[in-house]
Amino acid sequence: MLMGGRSSNFKPFVIGMSDFSEELKGPVTDDEVETSVLTGAGMHFPWLQTYVETVAIGGKRKKDFAQTTSACLSFVQEALLKHQWQQAAEYMYSYFQTLEDSDSYKRQAAPEIIWKLGSEILFYHPKSNVETFNTFADRMKNIGVMNYLKISLQHALYLLHHGMLEDAKRNLSEAETWRHGENTSSRGILINLIQAYKGLLQYYTWSKKKMELSKLDKDDYAYNAVAQDVFNHSWKTSANISALIKIPGVWDPFVKSYVEMLEFYGDRDGAQEVLTNYAYDEKFPSNPNAHIYLYNFLKRQKAPRSKMISVLKILYQIVPSHKLMLEFHTLLRKSEKEEHHKLGLEVLFGVLDFAGCTKNITAWKYLAKYLKKTLMGNHLAWVQDEWNSRKNWWPSFHFSYFWAKSDWKEDTALACEKAFVAGLLLGKGCRYFRYILKQDHQILGKKIKRMKRSVKKYSIVNPRLSY
Amino acid sequence: MTVPQTLAFCYLSLLWQREAITLSDLLRFVEEDHIPYINAFQHFPEQMKLYGRDRGIFGIESWPDYEDIYKKTIEVGTFLDLPRFPDITEDCYLHPNILCMKYLMEVNLPDEMHNLTCHVVKMTGMGEVDFLTFDPIAKMAKTVKYDVQAVAIIVVVLKLLFLLDDNLEWSLSNLAEKHNEKNKKDKPWFDFRKWYQIMKKAFDEKKQKWEEARAKYLWKSEKPLYYSFVDKPVAYKKREMVVNLQKQFSTLVDSTATAGKKSPSSFQFNWTEEDTDRTCFHGHSLQGVLKEKGQSLLTKNSLYWLSTQKFCRCYCTHVTTYEESNFSLSYQFILNLFSFLLRIKTSLLHEEVSLVEKKLFEKKYSVTKKKSRSKKARRH
Repeated sequence: MLMGGRSSNFKPFVIGMSDFSEELKGPVTDDEVETSVLTGAGMHFPWLQTYVETVAIGGKRKKDFAQTTSACLSFVQEALLKHQWQQAAEYMYSYFQTLEDSDSYKRQAAPEIIWKLGSEILFYHPKSNVETFNTFADRMKNIGVMNYLKISLQHALYLLHHGMLEDAKRNLSEAETWRHGENTSSRGILINLIQAYKGLLQYYTWSKKKMELSKLDKDDYAYNAVAQDVFNHSWKTSANISALIKIPGVWDPFVKSYVEMLEFYGDRDGAQEVLTNYAYDEKFPSNPNAHIYLYNFLKRQKAPRSKMISVLKILYQIVPSHKLMLEFHTLLRKSEKEEHHKLGLEVLFGVLDFAGCTKNITAWKYLAKYLKKTLMGNHLAWVQDEWNSRKNWWPSFHFSYFWAKSDWKEDTALACEKAFVAGLLLGKGCRYFRYILKQDHQILGKKIKRMKRSVKKYSIVNPRLSY
Repeated sequence: MTVPQTLAFCYLSLLWQREAITLSDLLRFVEEDHIPYINAFQHFPEQMKLYGRDRGIFGIESWPDYEDIYKKTIEVGTFLDLPRFPDITEDCYLHPNILCMKYLMEVNLPDEMHNLTCHVVKMTGMGEVDFLTFDPIAKMAKTVKYDVQAVAIIVVVLKLLFLLDDNLEWSLSNLAEKHNEKNKKDKPWFDFRKWYQIMKKAFDEKKQKWEEARAKYLWKSEKPLYYSFVDKPVAYKKREMVVNLQKQFSTLVDSTATAGKKSPSSFQFNWTEEDTDRTCFHGHSLQGVLKEKGQSLLTKNSLYWLSTQKFCRCYCTHVTTYEESNFSLSYQFILNLFSFLLRIKTSLLHEEVSLVEKKLFEKKYSVTKKKSRSKKARRH
């Protein structure tokens, strides 16, 4: 047992045999200290603390109702964390009484809390089903006017999760027409979200119908009917989604579906406008996917190389390790501008900085080829620029003896490319290069010989210089 | 007149009759819903309509607090100009000798400790009729907190026997354990450590269950209270909504879990000799902590420390304060255990312990710096 810090309170005295006139073993403590004072720590009055706390609530003591309901809430939360759905439901049963709280502030906050926790429980509890959830959601929607939209949206998502698309759509349509509640900005966004999800569901139906259409023959009598149907759907969808994507935010699935529809109907300008907006509008949060969508679109439209390079440049700044960087490098390599060639080298080194790309054989192949080309083209300065910041850690990161062994075992082609790069950057004396050379080269014999020659000729580690 | 005051009035009548119910028992029965208090108005006849100010009176959202009801008891008694209550004599349930026995049994302490508690009662004069009986028209009307005082006496006796300084009680336990191992056939010596382990486990379990039951407590009744007729439909609608939601969730809850309500009992803990899982310490002997000296027995422990060195003389309602970290862990445990039993604050119990010590070690508190004081524990 720990001996806590003791104050001068605690001076034991002797209880002896005779009466009260016996001598004490130690002096009576002299200090005129108030009871319960912590030595040297100033004064502390616990009873004062409770009074101070009640000042905030106007001098009234905290009611037991408030105390038990907040204890109930923490029990519910604890049960949810531990996935004890049964227990959570038990405590939730008692928590409903906060809807009748005499404290108006708490009474107004209750429905949202109850909805959040109750929907979690109903989602996971084994005895619950879609029926119970629907009843619960409908009840909670109609308690007060503040929560209708939010609950409707979450209810619709739940139904989507269970594959009940028609019900979800119906729900969203009902919610769309809700006119009560405050007219705040959050309400505006909620309405837009509701419309957009409805749009997404309509897109899904459109997509299915489009697939049907593609299977039909143009001369088929049903073709026109289906085509008309498809067109109607798309019109409704576009109306629903376009409002939402004007608001700054991350709307990947909505943008993708909208653009797909626009492209299908040949509205390339519209599609490009949407994508450019989504990628370049400063009010929108930085989103690498936006640039990827735009780039893929431009690729499909066979846009000029310079345009695609400018799009990918931004992606390069955000996500230098993306696999599209290899395509970017190819574009840069084929360009005529010298600054693009330099950037191409940068991009390759940038990709291989990341652990996820260390085994990417394409990247190493490109780097090997490009390094040779760059060095042949007398751009030693470029290589040195890139290598200076990396020469401290790349050797152990990529070219250690351990990697040499494991790469050779796994993929000889990869090992060769890496060895070539290693030789060019670290000279023929480096471990990786030597290890690969030592290996048995029945298939790659010629390639290895060429490699050896190139390394000797072009390595940036000049053997003629002496240290 | 409010509902807490009505409860205080009920307690006065129980006191007058000298019934075997202490104030803490009464309040515990209220908490356990054996006595209508929280939603008492539900039992009113249909014709009585409650609204307006009634809501403030009957819409109670807190359980009765011991100190609050105690104060109100005195107020009501004084207000009604009641004469001196019937005497509380030694054969009364509320007399500290009997109450101490009850609490010793409940907390699984040896019966032999009862002798010591009686001794302390005698030395402090707390068993006197005049001290115990409530006299509202006396100059300073006060009544005794019988239950808290009895428990305080037990705490003092524990301190006398074991010192409770986080040291001596464990060394004494070691001795007891050694002795018990060697002499398995004799009456075992009381082992503080074993008692602590068993008691702590039982206490923690009970406290946990109590907290869970409190968190699940349903405050609102079927008949909602509303302020004016305008509010009535809203209140009823809310109630309906809550009932519907509860009905829905009750299907998710395992119905066998909700056991039937237990009937009211005076004892919260029960210990029997036959129960082999949990040792019953009632029959254990205090030989390990007492030693013989001539005709009488003395405690092996010859030290004591006071819970309060100086009492507050200012105008606040408390004469002392309780800061946990100043005291030993054993003392804290004992206080927590007994405060939970009585459902009172630990500071209240600590204060009562200090007052008992004040009476016992009177000269220690006197202003003159006389050095000699001691106390003897003598067994006849």
